[in-house]
Amino acid sequence: MVKLIIDSQSVEAEETWTVLEAARYYGIDIPSLCYYEGLTPTSSCRLCVVEVIRGGRSRLTASCSLPVQEGIEVRTNSERVRKARKMIIELLLASCPNSRTLQCLASKYGVTKIRFRPEDRGCILCGLCVRMCEEQMQAGAIGFVYRGVNREVAMPFHTKHDACRECGACLFICPVCEMPCQGPMQPGQLCNACLDTVQLEAFPCKD
Amino acid sequence: MKKDLSPEIKAVEKYGTDRTCLIPILHEVQKEYRYLPEKALRNIAAMLDISLVDVYGVATYFRAFSLEPKGKHLVTCCMGTACHVRNSPGVLEEAKRTLGIDAGETTDDMLFSLETVNCLGACALGPIVVIDNEYHGEMTPAKVKKILKEVEKQEGRG
Amino acid sequence: MAKIKSPAMLEEYRNEILRKRKYYFRTISLCGGPGCHAQHCDEIYEAVKKAVEENGLSENVEVKKTGCHGFCEMGPIAVIQPEGIFYKKISLDDVSDIVNRTLGKGELIKELLYPDPENGKPITKESRVPFYAKQKRLLMSMNEYIDPCKIEDYIAQGGYSALCKALFEMEPMEIIEEVDKAGLRGRGGAGFPTASKWRACRKAIARDGIKYVLCNADEGDPGAYMDRSLLEGNPHLVLEGMIIGAYGIGATEGYIYVRHEYPLTVSNLLVAIDQARKVGLLGKNILGSGFDFDIKVSIGGGAFVCGESTALMASIEGRIGEPRVKHIHTAEKGLFNRPTNLNNVETWANVPLIINQGAGKYRKVGTKTSTGTKIFSLVGSVNNTGLVEVPMGMTLREIIFDIGGGVKGGRTFKAVQTGGPSGGCIPESLLDTPVDFDALYDVGSMMGSGGMIVMDETTCMVDIARYFVDFLCDESCGKCVPCREGLKQMLYILEDITEGRGTLEQLELLKELAGVMRDTSLCGLGQTAANPVLSTIRYFEDEYVDHIKKMKCRAGVCKALIAFSINAKKCTGCMRCRKACPVGAIKGKKKEPHTIQAEKCEKCGICLEVCEYGAVVRK
Repeated sequence: MVKLIIDSQSVEAEETWTVLEAARYYGIDIPSLCYYEGLTPTSSCRLCVVEVIRGGRSRLTASCSLPVQEGIEVRTNSERVRKARKMIIELLLASCPNSRTLQCLASKYGVTKIRFRPEDRGCILCGLCVRMCEEQMQAGAIGFVYRGVNREVAMPFHTKHDACRECGACLFICPVCEMPCQGPMQPGQLCNACLDTVQLEAFPCKD
Repeated sequence: MKKDLSPEIKAVEKYGTDRTCLIPILHEVQKEYRYLPEKALRNIAAMLDISLVDVYGVATYFRAFSLEPKGKHLVTCCMGTACHVRNSPGVLEEAKRTLGIDAGETTDDMLFSLETVNCLGACALGPIVVIDNEYHGEMTPAKVKKILKEVEKQEGRG
Repeated sequence: MAKIKSPAMLEEYRNEILRKRKYYFRTISLCGGPGCHAQHCDEIYEAVKKAVEENGLSENVEVKKTGCHGFCEMGPIAVIQPEGIFYKKISLDDVSDIVNRTLGKGELIKELLYPDPENGKPITKESRVPFYAKQKRLLMSMNEYIDPCKIEDYIAQGGYSALCKALFEMEPMEIIEEVDKAGLRGRGGAGFPTASKWRACRKAIARDGIKYVLCNADEGDPGAYMDRSLLEGNPHLVLEGMIIGAYGIGATEGYIYVRHEYPLTVSNLLVAIDQARKVGLLGKNILGSGFDFDIKVSIGGGAFVCGESTALMASIEGRIGEPRVKHIHTAEKGLFNRPTNLNNVETWANVPLIINQGAGKYRKVGTKTSTGTKIFSLVGSVNNTGLVEVPMGMTLREIIFDIGGGVKGGRTFKAVQTGGPSGGCIPESLLDTPVDFDALYDVGSMMGSGGMIVMDETTCMVDIARYFVDFLCDESCGKCVPCREGLKQMLYILEDITEGRGTLEQLELLKELAGVMRDTSLCGLGQTAANPVLSTIRYFEDEYVDHIKKMKCRAGVCKALIAFSINAKKCTGCMRCRKACPVGAIKGKKKEPHTIQAEKCEKCGICLEVCEYGAVVRK
């Protein structure tokens, strides 16, 4: 067992846990998008960042891949973390404005406007589908292609790959390819209607 | 009669079948075909026993590789910082206008491909345009237009 | 060449080479660096060789094609020993004279000598050329004596003597201690203490006994070519450094990762490695010490992000060059999940010097916290473009004005950019900042790999910020949200500002976004991506405000904010501009003043270029 401090509380965690797992075990809310239990974490969405204080210095680190360590101090809701989370949600919304998951995150964490140029890509490049296909379905039919702002998920040569068994696991796991948010706002705008976070937890956005 | 081995088989024979040989093999194969054809990539994936998704991912990730055939004449404009402060964007604009294509594209008649590169290490001569491995230094929009028009003339184009 | 089986044999071999050299009464060393290469130095070399032969001088004159001499502005360069004669800007036409008069008779050719910038008098000796005189060329000075494809040249210069000392007179821990005492910090950019890295890797346990040392030669900063010149011109210096480091760390294999845009560097390296193997300086039982170590060369695929250590390792492994989180340090689990130590080319090049001189002497150069020298590629709007090697602590002013000869074309200094896309722009008021890891960091920039780009009043600082963000958008691996999406949105905002659509709120948004990118990006590329933007806002905010509020680009760069017109008083109606205009935007009859139709004008500036009467005006 490892002893660490999360949000000023001294807690114990299994040696094999990550900070995200430990925090969630104790009921502390840390949002995430590209993390899914059972799939290798890639820490690419950066939504799960927490402030880690070590030796008098603090830095933001993705909690989904950070192993628990004896004596580290973690803050999951400091000013710096909240600012970072909001900005990341805002950036994601700019690339996927109609996603229900993202709209809900915006409501929950207080993102009320998108100050960036919106471009609906329909994909947040979290890579869950790629990892699902490779690791759970053992097919490996899809992967990341190109680079940087042009990065996308596709099958080789953008044609149907023999390895694809049309199992639908990629659709299942995708946090954004679901029915768009049916709130009262115009497409591409922020709803912020589901501000009742109690209701949100009781009825999570995913059906 | 001995059948000619495909470039990908020759490359794999030269470098090996280990995964670490993938990038050198792709370079070698591209040199022969002047691009990376789909069939070659599928063969390489099979010979190295790597998933096609991975091979395609690597081939599209790195800028050195092209999945589209390149033109006869390769025009490369250096867009490094030193060339930038000496107006390389102006030179690139003129090259685009003269050839009628954007950077990264090839003309329909397959005669010219236009590319950009970040720093060739010849900053004293910037802005630099390399045409068919020949370095042209201290380029200006007017100069690049002139040189490209000369090559076009040789090809009976434009 | 027989295998060298001991330090004594190496010494013997060295003496043998020097003995043979005594027959040469002159040596001509022709620079084969990247700049001179672009100016046909290969052809000049062949012509000189031929002429030397035809003149019956082959027995007594050595013709050498070497690595970069550094003074790229004056290329192609030739240096003649033993007199130390420095010839600048030589061409094929000069070959016959050089061979007959200088090589044959020791006569000087005045036109080829470098004129003193103070009084115009021709300078004969290379050591008196001001560009060189103020440098401290501990690493680069060897270049002109070495043909990179001849290991004998390196050995003749005392090469591999540090390796002998390390293998036979020192213990591995002592080597690390010596590097620690010398205060060597990484020359790739961040300036991390090299010995700490080595120690961590030495401590790490290799399950199967294999540990790696890597050399990062993926020099991606645009405008930087120091690593290329070192590695291409003197590969053995880097190899020696790596072998010594490997011995200290306990590594068994090495890789040198070279960007694919440097084919000549790769081929010179392969020749050098092959020659080193043949004489037993690489491979099994090096110099009879019992130490086994070999090096492979790995080529990149064209990705700036592969300069990041974990991305570099992924690329060597044949995977996409994407960085990964570094909770598990690469010193413990790096390449192929084995303990790995990665250092930059110039860092490795410093190692033989430290071992030979000792840490005490090495420390005498530089500052207390940044010891030794640093090689910079001094480029842009500067008179003496080239590679300069200076002691850490020299000021930017001294480098740009005393060595660099000041701003080109008599223009006014505006800023100097260091650290590449991870660095920042330093204004005139801070020119007395010493070149030192910490001092540069304090002013909002960083040392970086060594690119030093001088800018004058014709550079728009907002455009420079846009340029770097555009570069990074292309080069980001795209894995993490803050970098990929953040850079994209930064570019949109900067495009808005440079195209006259910017708002002051966007300036504030840029700063806010920059903070989050720095805090949350997965790797160094994203974390430092906002530096060029932040530093230009810090020192040149008025330019940003001008673009936004006044729709004005003072430097005359941002096309949407400038206009071309013709001064009717100066125009002679020669029609040159009209003919040259690629879009037919200029109207006017012969001998009558011309006009530019604003709606058709593409602002390419060709008219300004071709007008001989100064009649074209850009506002």
